[in-house]
Amino acid sequence: MRWLVLLALLAAGCEREQRQYQLPTVQASFVKQGHVTTEKNAYALSQGKTLFRWFNCSGCHSNGGGGMGPALMDDKWRYGNNPEDIYASIMEGRPNGMPSFKGRINEDQAWQLVAYVRSMSGWARKDAAPGRNDSLYPGDPENMRDKRN
Amino acid sequence: MQEVLGSAGPQAAHIESLWWFTLAICAVVFIAILVAVGLAVMRRRVRAPTPPDLSVLTKKERGAEVAVVAALGVSLAGLIVLTLASFVTDRALASLGPPDLEIDVTGHQWWWDARYDDQDKQKIFTVANEIHIPVGKPVLLRLRADDVIHSFWVPNLSGKKDMIPGREATLTLQADKPGVYRGQCAEFCGAQHAKMALLFIADEKYEEWAAAQRKTAPEPATDQQKRGRDLFVNGRCAMCHAIQGTPASARRAPDLTHLMSRQTLAAGAVPNSIGHLAGWILDPTSIKPGANMPPNPMAPDDLHALLAYLGTLK
Repeated sequence: MRWLVLLALLAAGCEREQRQYQLPTVQASFVKQGHVTTEKNAYALSQGKTLFRWFNCSGCHSNGGGGMGPALMDDKWRYGNNPEDIYASIMEGRPNGMPSFKGRINEDQAWQLVAYVRSMSGWARKDAAPGRNDSLYPGDPENMRDKRN
Repeated sequence: MQEVLGSAGPQAAHIESLWWFTLAICAVVFIAILVAVGLAVMRRRVRAPTPPDLSVLTKKERGAEVAVVAALGVSLAGLIVLTLASFVTDRALASLGPPDLEIDVTGHQWWWDARYDDQDKQKIFTVANEIHIPVGKPVLLRLRADDVIHSFWVPNLSGKKDMIPGREATLTLQADKPGVYRGQCAEFCGAQHAKMALLFIADEKYEEWAAAQRKTAPEPATDQQKRGRDLFVNGRCAMCHAIQGTPASARRAPDLTHLMSRQTLAAGAVPNSIGHLAGWILDPTSIKPGANMPPNPMAPDDLHALLAYLGTLK
């Protein structure tokens, strides 16, 4: 009996986080949904980090520390840090240089970016946020940052 | 078509002969051990049980001593011969001579990028997942990885070589027989590791092929093709892909300048046909779950225009 219980406990360890390769297609309630599903999902967050590099967000925002564009890892938000606000910043652009990516990137990708941008200032779950970088980076990784408001 | 024992060039031939040599020696050792075990099993036992002989040895056991020393000597000799053979093979692999062609091969999740280097910068061109090389000439590959560790392996032409992010490894190979040789990533690199194949084509008309690849994409002829190009250049595609001769020049995904000259799509995942291309564009995750290309739902008219344009990229 004891062994049976132990085995059952072991089996519970087999559960693996689902990788959502494809988010549900755009719908009316998607705004909230997209955010909720991506922000808890480690795969979506790390994809967001990859896209941040691919689409050269660092060109202006640096690795989140800011440069030509505002810092993304501090507690200051010009346009708010709600997922919907960040989504709008990415897709519609903002004055003073933030370009609009609507029609240039996929909605799923935008949500992944939103989740990652929030994780830069500690707004994602720590067990889902990306860990240490492959390259040299002096700061704390995203999963060690505390929430900044 | 992807065969470890079907060498088509000197590098793979060296490795293949070492493989057969090792197999032969190991087979002899294996048979010798089986015979020894068999003899031990078959040896006649004393019929009446006697108490075990626990007396002190007073004289040397010549026979046993000779047998043990001889077996040890033979084992050592076998191991040394194998070590020497491996050393000689390694040296032979490094002696192919100066390369005729240098190609930068980069592994990505989950496709291969190949940039044909040239002294004349105008002649450099880039292809993906399908690498043509001249027959009978040494080719130097500079191997890199973009994201995670991959491993380059075209068994008909050479051994494996790991591709490690941040490092450059080199591999020289040569194909003596014209043909199509399949390669495969040989280091687990994520969800679609199995669908990360490449074709190595030893091409007798290599120069012709290279000249065609250097050309920029043709101008679209019809209105539909023009619309397709505009969709490509102004939309999502251009964020990652490049088509030489158009403003699209991103390097995050395969260069599509001569997409239609390739045999497969998505690194060997599906054959290259318009139907598969349409499916791949609309929903890459149904063909390769986890692929970095996102789904691109679009209106049928747009899709047909895009396909019409991509169809001209020969």
